[in-house]
Amino acid sequence: MILDFTAILARWQMLLDGLTLTIQLALVTTITGFIIGTLCAVARRSHVVIAARAATIYVESIRNTPFLVQIFIVYFGLSSLGFSFSPVAVAIIALTINVSAYTAEIMRAGFDSIHPGQWEAGECLGLSRVQNYWHVALRPAIERVYSSLTSQFILLMLASSMTSQISAEELTAAANFIQSETYRPFETYIIVALIYLAISLLMRLVFWGIALLAFPRRRRLGTNL
Amino acid sequence: MTTAINPGHLQFLLTGAFWTLILSLMAFLGGGAGGFLVALGRTSPFRLLRILAAVYVQIVQGTPLLIILFLIYFGLPSLGFSISPLLAAGVSLTIYVSAYLGEIWRGCLESVPKAQWEAAECLALSRTQRLFKVILPQAIRIATPPTVGFSVQIIKNTSLTSVVGFVELTRAGQLINNSIFEPFLIYIIVASIYFCLCFPVSAFSQRLERSGAARLRALKAVSA
Amino acid sequence: MSIVMLKDVKKSFDKLQVLKGVSFSVAPGEVMALIGASGSGKSTALRCIDRLELIDSGEIVVCGHRVNDPQLDLRKLRLDVGIVFQSYNLFPHLTIEENITLAPRSVKKISRAQAREIALASLAKVGLSEKAQNYPEQLSGGQQQRAAIARSLAMEPKVMLFDEVTSALDPKLTGEVLKVIEALAASGITMIMVTHEMNFARRIADKVIFMHQGYVHESGSTDILTSPRTSELREFIGDELH
Ligand SMILES: Nc1ncnc2c1ncn2[C@@H]1O[C@H](COP(=O)(O)OP(=O)(O)OP(=O)(O)O)[C@@H](O)[C@H]1O
Ligand SMILES: [Mg+2]
Repeated sequence: MILDFTAILARWQMLLDGLTLTIQLALVTTITGFIIGTLCAVARRSHVVIAARAATIYVESIRNTPFLVQIFIVYFGLSSLGFSFSPVAVAIIALTINVSAYTAEIMRAGFDSIHPGQWEAGECLGLSRVQNYWHVALRPAIERVYSSLTSQFILLMLASSMTSQISAEELTAAANFIQSETYRPFETYIIVALIYLAISLLMRLVFWGIALLAFPRRRRLGTNL
Repeated sequence: MTTAINPGHLQFLLTGAFWTLILSLMAFLGGGAGGFLVALGRTSPFRLLRILAAVYVQIVQGTPLLIILFLIYFGLPSLGFSISPLLAAGVSLTIYVSAYLGEIWRGCLESVPKAQWEAAECLALSRTQRLFKVILPQAIRIATPPTVGFSVQIIKNTSLTSVVGFVELTRAGQLINNSIFEPFLIYIIVASIYFCLCFPVSAFSQRLERSGAARLRALKAVSA
Repeated sequence: MSIVMLKDVKKSFDKLQVLKGVSFSVAPGEVMALIGASGSGKSTALRCIDRLELIDSGEIVVCGHRVNDPQLDLRKLRLDVGIVFQSYNLFPHLTIEENITLAPRSVKKISRAQAREIALASLAKVGLSEKAQNYPEQLSGGQQQRAAIARSLAMEPKVMLFDEVTSALDPKLTGEVLKVIEALAASGITMIMVTHEMNFARRIADKVIFMHQGYVHESGSTDILTSPRTSELREFIGDELH
């Protein structure tokens, strides 16, 4: 057995295109997923019973079914409703729906960890419920669950590989195509595995940098909340 | 040719679900054994072992399971090893599970207070005795809720093996869809079956976690 | 004319009735000390005044707001009432200055520069000017409590409520916080303070209320601390003194 990577490296343009889409998918859905997930966490903690119930059903149904099946449901569901979205749009929708549920669970734990005295102090200063969430609870909550959040978003990036199954042309789809052209599956997937590894390490670095900016208290004092 | 969904289809799906469970069990056992080694490696007194285990975890956790699966199912035959879908599925899932369970268990091992190691050492127990007689029994209690929780990930991730043609629940759904083309309905049914498999496990793990937290509080109250 | 008025206030938690019909009133500028054994309902009474707890029956009027009215604009009540807790409750992710400017900026919509000025002024009042840029955890307990007082003061409330603000502090730190409160009392702001510091209450309070088993058992000027009329208060003071 002789490993030969030349044919694959010669198709670097294809890998680069796939990589770009993978990063775009991860970036966009990290942001949408974080926002929607946080709103769901707020809904789950709300006193409005319907909102809390609906958020719980959403979170539990997503967390207890495979992403691959969710992708197919979104893909065929949208088209049976008469929408025709591009595979990339479907991928973004499916990834967002998926990661929001996990984020909701993480952020709920974060909000729950805020001491009742903090909420009361905000309330007594005249802050509304929304202001209390925004100014008092959000940042400490994120800080407390930050490592869970980062792991979740890295898992999200890895999960985007499954959107190759609805022919979103991201990195895994590029790999599938290259191996079918070169008949060098082992080498192709090794290279792509390394690229994914690099992205996940890069994401860790970026999240570390974001933490430096977002948590000035921790940067200055080095202590945990 | 399009026909409606019939009881035969449902039975086919349930057979698929059965294979999903078999695969999950394989992955749990194989990955559990591997994960135990990973956890020991990560907490080993030998630097080299620690580094090797850490690198292994980093690589597996930085690679999509789908790529691991392709690497084994398509890659190994091209190097001259022929491999069945079942074996490919089992091996990839084992690799995947071992890294994640290994990390979970390492955390549990490390959460047993250092003083416990020292106390055991002072009783002249060997390192293996310390581990098996003192630390592990405590770590297993801590590890149970997250391990049960991770089983849900295992069940869900067996769906990826459909991509290499292993006929578990998701693949069974695809096959039925090929004959009657009712994708939305079929995948909703498939998702519901997954939900029935996963939700009880999730709920159980949450209950364990709550009672574990309560026990921890009680312990703290006693020692305070 | 009273600025805070409680009339026959009843409050239960599940089956436990904590306030069984509490009535008292505080005149503008008055400093009232609320004393009583642990569990007698002092904190609960304060929390009801700021609508952190809903009462079961009776009436509370604070600065013209009918506190138990379901239509009450909570924001308006909170603008008029400041409360300081035993456990400080500073926001750990914000600097002391940010802790103080938060409410003026987001509730009163005051400009950043103006809010900053207010913050520095109220920090000066509690003697913490040099700590504006520090985080709560960098301050001692007494300093944190003074910062919490400054945070309330910055909203320029008409009534200040203090709930055992020194009971988590050692004697030396207690002294510095009490000095701040004493200066506040002299400035003419209306105050209700729950306290176990009998000598302090005697020195700065205009009026004392002794709560016992969910009722106002005895009330009057600080004289009742030296010559209590009821045996319960005498016993309570005896317990507190040693
Ligand atoms: N949220 C609550 N739920 C249930 N019971 C409560 C609650 N808050 C207070 N209580 C009970 O009400 C009673 C009065 O409590 P409160 O805190 O008002 O007493 P206190 O006079 O402030 O005592 P201390 O001097 O110890 O602070 C206590 O028995 C307490 O257990
Ligand atoms: Mg109290």
